[in-house]
Amino acid sequence: MAALTVPPKRKPTTKWIEIAGHVGALIPLAWLIYDTAAGNLTVNPIQDITFRTGKPALFLLVATLAITPLSTLGWREIVPLRRWFGLYAFLYATLHFLTFTVLDYGLDPARLLEAIGEKRFALVGFLAFCIMIPLAITSTDAWQKRLGKRWKLLHRANYVAVGLAVIHYIWLVKGDVREPLFYAAVAATLLILRVPSLRARLATWGRSLKRSSSA
Amino acid sequence: MIIRSSEITPEHVYLSRPRLGSARRAFLKALGLGAGSLALAACSPNATEPAPTPAGDGNPLPSGVVDELGDPATAYDSILNYNNYYEFSTDKQMVAELAQDFTVDPWTVEVGGLVNKPLTLGMEDIRSRFTAEERIYRLRCVEAWSMVIPWNGFSLSEILNLAEPTSDAKYVAFTTVYRPEQMPGLNDDFYPWPYTEGLRLDEAMNPLATLATGIYGRDLAPQNGAPIRLVVPWKYGFKSIKSIVKIELVAEQPPTLWNLVNPGEYGFYSNVNPEVDHPRWTQSNERRIGELGRRDTLMFNGYADQVAGLYEGMDLRANY
Repeated sequence: MAALTVPPKRKPTTKWIEIAGHVGALIPLAWLIYDTAAGNLTVNPIQDITFRTGKPALFLLVATLAITPLSTLGWREIVPLRRWFGLYAFLYATLHFLTFTVLDYGLDPARLLEAIGEKRFALVGFLAFCIMIPLAITSTDAWQKRLGKRWKLLHRANYVAVGLAVIHYIWLVKGDVREPLFYAAVAATLLILRVPSLRARLATWGRSLKRSSSA
Repeated sequence: MIIRSSEITPEHVYLSRPRLGSARRAFLKALGLGAGSLALAACSPNATEPAPTPAGDGNPLPSGVVDELGDPATAYDSILNYNNYYEFSTDKQMVAELAQDFTVDPWTVEVGGLVNKPLTLGMEDIRSRFTAEERIYRLRCVEAWSMVIPWNGFSLSEILNLAEPTSDAKYVAFTTVYRPEQMPGLNDDFYPWPYTEGLRLDEAMNPLATLATGIYGRDLAPQNGAPIRLVVPWKYGFKSIKSIVKIELVAEQPPTLWNLVNPGEYGFYSNVNPEVDHPRWTQSNERRIGELGRRDTLMFNGYADQVAGLYEGMDLRANY
């Protein structure tokens, strides 16, 4: 007969995953600041900064998609990281956008309009960023309360943002699309795991893992 | 567009911009590579100094080295440490380190195909028969960055005329060396190695098409395409094939690596043209290495006077 499962106690040490999450998310930025100050960037520093702010943004966006499958598997402690990863992704995306518009294009309206309006890779990146803005603003508990049921619906827009960000990456690389396609594959997998039947299977698997580990 | 003088980086700022970090410099020192010497070679333009060490100790800009538009030549340090040479690495800063052990002696260039006098030339032959002169040309990468490079070289037409192309010859095909034991990037099957490029015969015969054997009076460093490479300054940089071992006169338009990788984006002609965008990004402006901000891209990279005639009547959008 299946034993009554006792919910895991909230151990004080579960905080370590949050600390690890914060530290991990900030490492790329710290490293970039260090490299800039130490003169380690290439002779095309704006390109480096653009890339080194964009890549973590994309990575963290995809990481936010991993939280639900992992918590479905049973790792509940990881859930608080979703909001943080989303906000860090927004931080990097903002730096990425500012690097592009201010450092690179010097806020030149004609050039920016041409770059964003006419060139598809820049346009989808810009759209992804636009979607992230309201998501970042409404990420707080207060907004969650205020929006109630609609909050979850709004934050589903994250799926679109991730999709656009992946396409942005695919469209900007010169010839070798293998890495961007890998990001696409991972993102697609994480989305597919949300389909109810697959999610139920994940949950079952998670429970059996727990049973075998505590047996 | 007028380039305001305030946009041109003053030389002293240029020279004191952030360089290779101390960590990387220490690493390179540990490998036994010291700073290259700046001693000037003999007066003859053929006598170039040995290739510099990859660290490129930041040769100060010789004063007054500017291109014909008055823009300063890019610092040698930058030319040595920012390279698209995927045979070594796709990381532009890593190429210099990985190319250290690339040997250029012995080296032969075969000139053949539809010619009356096929040749096999060693580098000593090339250096003694052809006078390398200073040619300061802009190099515009398809990625929308550019440099001004003081090449040492001679017109490609000189070698082609020696071989005497027959009347059937319509194109010139070039091949880069294929040496996987010294070029780790060649193990990546994604690209259809070896690197190949091509020109129409009249393009190849244009005096601007240059075979370069040096930069700033020194032999080409491996990362810049040692010992001999093509420079076609009015086309995107990937057409300027490096480390050439074979030049072949052919009747049909030859395959070129980037066109094989993505034919919709990298055409055979690939003339620098601000009016014909890359399908996914704009080509109307570029970043000059060493400068902040962007500058407008010039038609044919500013060499319209010399080469526009080659394309009279051609639809440059269709023949990208």
